[in-house]
Amino acid sequence: MRANTAIGGTLIALLLGAAGTGAFWTPFDPLRINLRARLQAPSSLHWFGTDEFGRDVLSRIMVGAGASVVIALITVLLAVTAGMVIGCAAGYIRGWADRIIMAVNDALLAFPGILLALAVMIVVGANKAGLILALGLAYIPSVVRVVRGTVLSIREKEYVEASRVIGNSEVYSMFRHVMPNAIAPVAVLATSMFGWVLLAESALSFLGLGVPPPAPTWGNMLAASRPFMETAAWLSIAPGLCIALTLLGINLLGDSLRDRLDPRMAHG
Amino acid sequence: MTLLSVENLRIEVAASKAAIVEDLSFAVERGEFLAVVGESGSGKTAAARAVLGLLPPGLRKAGGRIVLDGVDLANVSGRQMRTLRGPVVGMVFQEPMVSLNPAISVGAQMAEGLGLHERLGKREIKRRCLDMLARVQIRDPERTFDAYPHEFSGGMRQRIMLASVMLLKPKLLIADEPTTALDTLTQREVLDLMVGLARDHGTSVMLITHNLGLVSRYAQRALVLRQGRMVETGTTRQILFSPREAYTKRLVEALPRRGATTKARQGGEPLVSVRGLKVGFAGRQRLFRRDSGVSAVNGVDLDIAAGETVAVVGGSGSGKTTLGRAMLRLIPTTDGEIRFRGRDVTATVDRDFRLASQLVFQDPYSSLDPRMRVGEIVAEPLRHVPQLTPSERDRRVEAMLDEVGLAGLGKRWPHELSGGQRQRIAIARAIVREPAFVVADEPVSALDMTIQAQVLKLFERLQAQYGFACLFISHDLAAVEQVADRVVVMQGGKIVEQGSRDDIFDRPQHDYTKALLAAAPVLDFAGAAAERASG
Repeated sequence: MRANTAIGGTLIALLLGAAGTGAFWTPFDPLRINLRARLQAPSSLHWFGTDEFGRDVLSRIMVGAGASVVIALITVLLAVTAGMVIGCAAGYIRGWADRIIMAVNDALLAFPGILLALAVMIVVGANKAGLILALGLAYIPSVVRVVRGTVLSIREKEYVEASRVIGNSEVYSMFRHVMPNAIAPVAVLATSMFGWVLLAESALSFLGLGVPPPAPTWGNMLAASRPFMETAAWLSIAPGLCIALTLLGINLLGDSLRDRLDPRMAHG
Repeated sequence: MTLLSVENLRIEVAASKAAIVEDLSFAVERGEFLAVVGESGSGKTAAARAVLGLLPPGLRKAGGRIVLDGVDLANVSGRQMRTLRGPVVGMVFQEPMVSLNPAISVGAQMAEGLGLHERLGKREIKRRCLDMLARVQIRDPERTFDAYPHEFSGGMRQRIMLASVMLLKPKLLIADEPTTALDTLTQREVLDLMVGLARDHGTSVMLITHNLGLVSRYAQRALVLRQGRMVETGTTRQILFSPREAYTKRLVEALPRRGATTKARQGGEPLVSVRGLKVGFAGRQRLFRRDSGVSAVNGVDLDIAAGETVAVVGGSGSGKTTLGRAMLRLIPTTDGEIRFRGRDVTATVDRDFRLASQLVFQDPYSSLDPRMRVGEIVAEPLRHVPQLTPSERDRRVEAMLDEVGLAGLGKRWPHELSGGQRQRIAIARAIVREPAFVVADEPVSALDMTIQAQVLKLFERLQAQYGFACLFISHDLAAVEQVADRVVVMQGGKIVEQGSRDDIFDRPQHDYTKALLAAAPVLDFAGAAAERASG
């Protein structure tokens, strides 16, 4: 348990360190094309090698880290916040509000998330804000489902009834007693969602709908590396490994965070 | 002749080597009825499960000898043990709601054991199952055989459980709190059946319980356990009426006794008054129509004076809990009127009534928000007392915690405390705003017996001090006898009898009241002995 927290923490610290440094300084200019140095294998000069335009892969990874983290973080926050509010409302109010919300929600759930995101991207355009909005919208329905189910079971708990007996308003009871107890499953969902978003971002970039080149993200780097997979494998390995390690770090840290947030587990 | 002998048994937690049961020795004779008495954490269930070779994961037998029907269980392989379970030793569990498999029909579950242990044709198996179902007084054995567990109430399920265990005619029946989840009348019926069946088959019974009344009624010998060690053992008479050890004495003394009635202020208008109250639950919505609903409370008239304790007793399904919730306006009423201090509070959300009334729940594990500290929980009702400054509020919370014997625990989390402590928190939360009216819904039935006594005493003391009126809902007549001024008996949503406590307990009029009183497990040694002699 302790080791997991440490490993997760280290990985996330590395990620944030790379993203933070990348915002101010990189070994090379990530956008400068140098055709004489194209497709170089990793060396002491270019640690992660160079791409088909001779750009330094390490520099692009560092800058891309910033873009990917910002996109994933804001998307997850958007989906979780909106999903929590909608899900709580549906689960706590019940009745017609619940039926309408859940009908719409289930209809949206029936679409693959990536398809939904694609549709939104076409409307709002391929840029960072559009990407966040599209992915955020695409992931709201699954959060709503999870939150509503949890809220339905929690609202029947006696401590919620006790809050009503005390004279607390329904809204207060929902925020004070229901929502905090519904956080655990959402925290688990959010950590895995972080991974989905990183992957979805690369999938959309692959289709040409992500963050437009030349600005690097891990997703569009991975997408651009495909033609060179056999001759210059490092182009895929570097962003792929970064995505995998970030997911591992997030999941490990997410688990320990969830336990830490739960008073029943914190002392165990 | 000895059927089961346990010598120097030690059971420990595999990881920490902490002992759950230590140096425990006892024996069960053939045909004997032994009661194993202990509070939670006494290791009584672990000891029983060790006999079956079914210790829960994480526990292991670390020493001692168990000889069952002449076989030393240490030399028995897993496969041999399986042949012993069923024909030699059977077990009835505490929770009838979860001990039957919901996906398999009752008949299939009963037949399972017979098919494993005896070579019988399908016809013969079914015949025996039907006989046994009839024996445990299930009305329609044929239909029950093909029905699924969810179609039955807790008492019925426990009979089915008993029937399927007794079908194999075990030499030893282990019953782990078999009736704790049932109401008094059902408890009596199930246990009488169990004793009758055991006598018919010459089965020895090991009854694990915390209820001394049951021990006195059914058991010949008793064994008292505390924290994994044996406190004392002897005949039921000796244990209950001349206990040697201090702990046993404490247990016997913890039994509720009839207390003094508080002088309720007579005359004037009642604090809470209910007229013709009806509460119905709508039926299930089908495609084109709604099933006819059930009415849980059906025309109840009740007055509660300031400072008075009125107990509502009745079996499960009698509507007593629904009445309590309806009186607090937590569930909508279909008809009738509730008045508080003369004002009609039935239709409107009356802020004064809400702030002056409180509820104490049965289960202290689910009535406290797990994400709030004890202090925060107790402070919450004071949100609605606007004139308090934060420091006054903190002082009042601390005083209240001190009052319920939990001084200095304000920074703890509920899960760090025991069941009794948690119930004290729930009581503190209810009392801290000094309400005029408290509904207590089975406030002690989830607690151990010594803890029950403490919490009841605390409740009485607080009531004397703060003078709130109380609607005390309980199926435990002993607790009612201790705290109530007046008793209301409910059956099928109606009040069948009400009167002063002494009237109800000493001069019951209605048949249902008499049946309830007769079924209540009280320390009644003479009666039990006579019953055994005649049976």
